[in-house]
Amino acid sequence: MEGGSVSGSASALSNDENLVVSCEDSCSPVGNELELGLTLSLGRKGYTRVAYADDSSSSSSSSSSSLSRASVIAGIKRTADSMAATSGQVVGWPPIRTYRMNSMVVNQAKTLVSEDQNSEIRQEVNKNRTDATNMRSSMFVKVTMDGIPIGRKIDLNAHKCYESLSNTLEEMFLKPKTGLSTRETDGRMETPVKILPDGSSGLVLTYEDKEGDWMLVGDVPWGMFIGSVRRLRIMKTSEATGKAQMIL
Amino acid sequence: MALRLPSKVLKHILSFIDSNEDRNSVSLVCKSWFETERKTRKRVFVGNCYAVTPAAVARRFPAMRSLTLKGKPHFADYNLVPDGWGGYACPWIESMAAKSPYLEEIRLKRMVVTDDCLERIAASFKNFKVLVLTSCEGFSTDGIAAIASTCRNLRVLELRECIVEDLGGDWLSYFPETSTSLVSLDFSCLDSEVKISDLERLVSRSPNLKSLKLNPAVTLDGLVSILRRAPQLTELGTGSFAAELKPEAFTKLSKAFSNCKQLQSLSGLWDVLPEYLPALYSVCPGLTSLNLSYATVRMPDLVELLRRCSKLQKLWVMDLIEDKGLEAVASYCKELRELRVFPSEPDLDATNIPVTEQGLVYVSKGCRKLESVLYFCVQFTNAALITIARKRPNLKCFRLCVIEPFAPDYKTNEPLDKGFKAIAEGCKDLRRLSVSGLLSDKAFKYIGKHAKKVRMLSIAFAGDSDLMLHHLLSGCESLKKLEIRDCPFGDTALLENAAKLETMRSLWMSSCFVSFGACKLLSQKMPRLNVEVIDEHPPKTRPESSPVERIYIYRTVAGPRMDTPEFVWTLHKNPEIGVSKLAIK
Repeated sequence: MEGGSVSGSASALSNDENLVVSCEDSCSPVGNELELGLTLSLGRKGYTRVAYADDSSSSSSSSSSSLSRASVIAGIKRTADSMAATSGQVVGWPPIRTYRMNSMVVNQAKTLVSEDQNSEIRQEVNKNRTDATNMRSSMFVKVTMDGIPIGRKIDLNAHKCYESLSNTLEEMFLKPKTGLSTRETDGRMETPVKILPDGSSGLVLTYEDKEGDWMLVGDVPWGMFIGSVRRLRIMKTSEATGKAQMIL
Repeated sequence: MALRLPSKVLKHILSFIDSNEDRNSVSLVCKSWFETERKTRKRVFVGNCYAVTPAAVARRFPAMRSLTLKGKPHFADYNLVPDGWGGYACPWIESMAAKSPYLEEIRLKRMVVTDDCLERIAASFKNFKVLVLTSCEGFSTDGIAAIASTCRNLRVLELRECIVEDLGGDWLSYFPETSTSLVSLDFSCLDSEVKISDLERLVSRSPNLKSLKLNPAVTLDGLVSILRRAPQLTELGTGSFAAELKPEAFTKLSKAFSNCKQLQSLSGLWDVLPEYLPALYSVCPGLTSLNLSYATVRMPDLVELLRRCSKLQKLWVMDLIEDKGLEAVASYCKELRELRVFPSEPDLDATNIPVTEQGLVYVSKGCRKLESVLYFCVQFTNAALITIARKRPNLKCFRLCVIEPFAPDYKTNEPLDKGFKAIAEGCKDLRRLSVSGLLSDKAFKYIGKHAKKVRMLSIAFAGDSDLMLHHLLSGCESLKKLEIRDCPFGDTALLENAAKLETMRSLWMSSCFVSFGACKLLSQKMPRLNVEVIDEHPPKTRPESSPVERIYIYRTVAGPRMDTPEFVWTLHKNPEIGVSKLAIK
């Protein structure tokens, strides 16, 4: 029996693409629970999920336009699997705090070092602490942009090259519709790749390395960059030039 | 004529009541009890900083000396809440500075704290004693220096897993030159080195110091020198335990530990070399709490350590302990109350399974006082859950994380419904529950029906339909916090049970199927709830049926909040948009 015969209570069932929702005060549970329960349980076998046909802008990783419970579950699972395959992780899963995650990655590096090797090697492993974050896991670093008080975090291990990092940062900070950018949007949407230190975008991407020095992003091979980066900062070109002189 | 208890008498009686839950009940009896209670409450707890305004709190509790605040929802710990969402401590500090200058203790969890904020605390509260920041961010070591230098009566300064902009170890030298009143110092989350000489001098002039948690930058040598100066410590977080293997180093370490006759709690132990573990043997018999969760120590070494810890009540360890090690724990650590087993591999696809359900079964059978469990493993069985429930009906907190989403009982291929049913039915005092693995709506029917005392429930990748949420929201009498991710439902159950949401602190749902239309409707119908739609990339237009990425709903008497970032939608910010489609088919 289809659940479509429910009347009066809030129902998410529909046979067209719009999700319909009851506006009546029957939204309050009094008197409707039995009906709801009965209907839903009877309707379960043939329960149809609403097709979100117009959710082209949906950004939920696990939302899907599948129609049956099974394919909904499968959809979530597929997403989880595919995300697991690409980055080794679903966001925020397993539920382990970032601090602990980063420590775990260091441990992974150590288990590769055999048990009875001496401590010199262990010390080297410690020194290469950030190198170890090359391993499949997340490596979150803070990214701040001049003029924006709130920083963001980005997982560097989700990227394999500067270009993809740059694209993500552009999306994060310069996407005009999120309004995060405090700059005027004229022409900024076509901002060239931010890493280019030629000042054409007015912005420059820099990072602080293990030693506390601020460097321009893009100068060293990606692997080396990952191994020494502690945090990122999108600077105004004018400031960066000053700093660059200090480094050079 | 009604008999009235003279307020002096009532005050005296209330001075024996510490629990805020009890005090909340007292304040509901009648107006005069409300008045007496509020004027005598010293420790104020606010579980959601947006549920009430700082001014209202200050007004109601003029005798407040201790304030505890929580900001971001729990799932922020796992990166599910975008940066900039909120949870700012500043408005609270500003308000307290003006209205509650006698405040002595501030405890903040998951809040954004700035250096300005810390400086304000230092400057405004003359008798400031306790600052505990847990999972906070937004400040630097400069702010810590301000607290250290200005708060002359500081007793407790703890930074627990905070994200701190570390500008160097100088902050340590800002404590007053004469003796300090420090009882507890925790800087384990800081990165950079502190000068050992600064630390030594600080410890030497802090005669009341009982708890010290060092950061990984402190070496073994440093640790030895600190321990020599502070043998009275009851809680120690070591720094890095790695050093070149030298016999003298080992002897020194051993001796230093054996002098610490009052040590009850040990943590830190980063990079610990198994060869150095025997240095700890002398303190093991007295330990009640041991955190080995950052120590990559493996089996035989672990057991050698643990079998000496007969008084252990709290054990945090990595899955390197294996089932065998847990079996040993079950036989040696009979006082165990809390067990947490963390994964050593961050990888989802790890096929190497160091612990299985058997490990937890061993501990459940052997440790009669076990009441709190956090267990990560790859898969589980109903039989194990049933055994655990039967053996340990006294469980208060049960958090099982089966790492593989949708993993069924690997022996029978069934969902874990029966197992969690046993837990919900058997553990009548259960207050906190996290479920995982393959679960159908049935599991939640049992949980809704039997888990009468559960206050916090966490769910991921589970259920079949809205029935699941309906079971939970219409059951679970004590439910206060519900957090759900990646479950296939939303609107129906949410709207049907809207009234329940006012009895709860908060509901979090992410990557579920809650539609935008339902969010709007809920916002409109329930003015005493704040409904926040959090989309990191909000679309230009939002059709009613489009699912939202995340929804965070919480009850509040403070009204809509004014500090939401761009990516948080609230009805208050978008009042002209009404619910358009109201048809029922």
